Amino acid sequence: MEITAIYYLIPALIMFCCGVYGFITRKNMIAILISLELMLNAVDINFVVFNRFLYPEQMEGMFFTLFAIAIAAAETAVAIAIIINIFRAAKNIDVRDLTKMKF
Amino acid sequence: MRQEIGLLIAFLLVFINDTFLSKKGQAALPYLAGILMLILTIDGCFVWCSGNVSAFAGMYESTPVVTAIKNILNIGTLIVIIQSVRWANSDFVIMRRGEFYELLLITLFGMYLMISARHFLLFVIGLEAASLPLAAMVAFDKKHYESHEAAVKYILTAVFSSAIFLMGLSFVYGLTGSLYFDKIYMAIVGKECIMLVVALAFVIAGIGFKLSLVPFHLWTADVYQGAPTSVTSYLSVISKGAAAFAFLVIMTQVFGTVYSLAWEWMLYALIILTITIGNLFALRQRNMKRFLAFSSISQAGYIMLGVISMNSVGAASLMYYILVYIFSNLAAFGVIGAIENATGKLDMSDYNGLYKTNPRLAFAMMLAMFSLAGIPPFAGFFSKFFIFTGALQQGSVAIYVLVLIALINTIISLYYYLLVVKAMFINEGPCPVEHFRSSCGERLGLWITVAGIIFLGIVSCFYSHLLDLTAVSNMNMYFIQ
Repeated sequence: MEITAIYYLIPALIMFCCGVYGFITRKNMIAILISLELMLNAVDINFVVFNRFLYPEQMEGMFFTLFAIAIAAAETAVAIAIIINIFRAAKNIDVRDLTKMKF
Repeated sequence: MRQEIGLLIAFLLVFINDTFLSKKGQAALPYLAGILMLILTIDGCFVWCSGNVSAFAGMYESTPVVTAIKNILNIGTLIVIIQSVRWANSDFVIMRRGEFYELLLITLFGMYLMISARHFLLFVIGLEAASLPLAAMVAFDKKHYESHEAAVKYILTAVFSSAIFLMGLSFVYGLTGSLYFDKIYMAIVGKECIMLVVALAFVIAGIGFKLSLVPFHLWTADVYQGAPTSVTSYLSVISKGAAAFAFLVIMTQVFGTVYSLAWEWMLYALIILTITIGNLFALRQRNMKRFLAFSSISQAGYIMLGVISMNSVGAASLMYYILVYIFSNLAAFGVIGAIENATGKLDMSDYNGLYKTNPRLAFAMMLAMFSLAGIPPFAGFFSKFFIFTGALQQGSVAIYVLVLIALINTIISLYYYLLVVKAMFINEGPCPVEHFRSSCGERLGLWITVAGIIFLGIVSCFYSHLLDLTAVSNMNMYFIQ
């Protein structure tokens, strides 16, 4: 059996949808952050697969993935710092408690 | 290139001052940042006339139009720095004020990259460099819980939106095999496939989050309310202005060929929703910062009219709108910040009888509200007028209906802008804000913004200059229609 691009794209899409689902339903901020990472990693897989199977003569997608990984790490660092601040202030990282400002 | 390098040097100078100098030397930080920004702004006017500069194998390109929008952002940042001096020197912030200016300059650098990128890799780096430090700035007010709450809401939605944007980008890459703007432009000519529409929807949603267009606007009010007022003013004008121009560049230079095939109707729906819902929610706000948040959502809808018009008049009036919006909104935030710094009051009912005690502040606020609402002699009227003109030149019946809806919404917006004016001039409050003298920086910032509101509309050379620039680069911007 030959493994074609679709075998990678479908799991990536499922990962992305799981990430969106987790982002919407999870209550713990760290879990939300994990869901976001899942979405970003799905994007990375997509780029690599498109590069490898459709345009193997260039490396544009691979390089983009490298940069995207670095950017995702920076995002996580900032987000975790802010979540720690919230924990210090409220002793709790449940999103249901972020209700000081509402419509 | 010169502007970016200048900005990096300014950042390094501020950083060195903050890290290595004594307490006494650090007292100069706000002034150092202000002077460096002033030098950059003046320097930008000389770069203005020079031609196209390209770097990094075409990933970066600076044209006169891009230089003009960078100058507009410079002016806005300068005003923000001037207005924030008092806040930066207040007891709780003074320890960390160096970080504020560093983050401010580095976000501006990210926006520079974002608007002059001609390759999606550089664009994404710029987008993240512009939005991640902003989250740290939103969390700046450590003693207020609201600030943390706003920051976590901002960072989570920002990362979510960039993940969606990147997903759209990966589809575009899969379709075209390149991430250069011009190569994508050529590769998708006349293509009519579902994948392109999905990719475009993702890309528009990703940037729509940054611009707070309506289905993606829910973070805006909370973040604007929780963030320190200086950061809110920066977030609402500079960040939004840069994102709006980047949106224009992407929509025209990358997806310009599939305008009527794929994205005209998406943007059409977004504009109607943004203007209408932004206005309706602004009606019921009592906190001044929340109120300006919803007003800025509906203003973003008007700015998008410049994108959907797809001609050089639309592009010029989008830039002019951003310029005028920077001045009017910064005037409003200047007054709010001055009152907050002096008394800590933020509610609309606290503004009752402000005219009796602080007539000059009330006058500046009135001009800002008139300009945001678009009342004739002030700049806001002309920017709305030009943006409608640009949209009408596009000429289809649907656009006429869109402009009609926008016009009706202008009248609705008049109601809530005038509520503030009524509170200040007519209502009698039980305990109005006492008379106080605002600090030197706040007064200087208000003088500059009020002068801008009055003269930007009457002195026509600003708009005609922008129109000349976009008309010249017309070939560059929309090279196939």
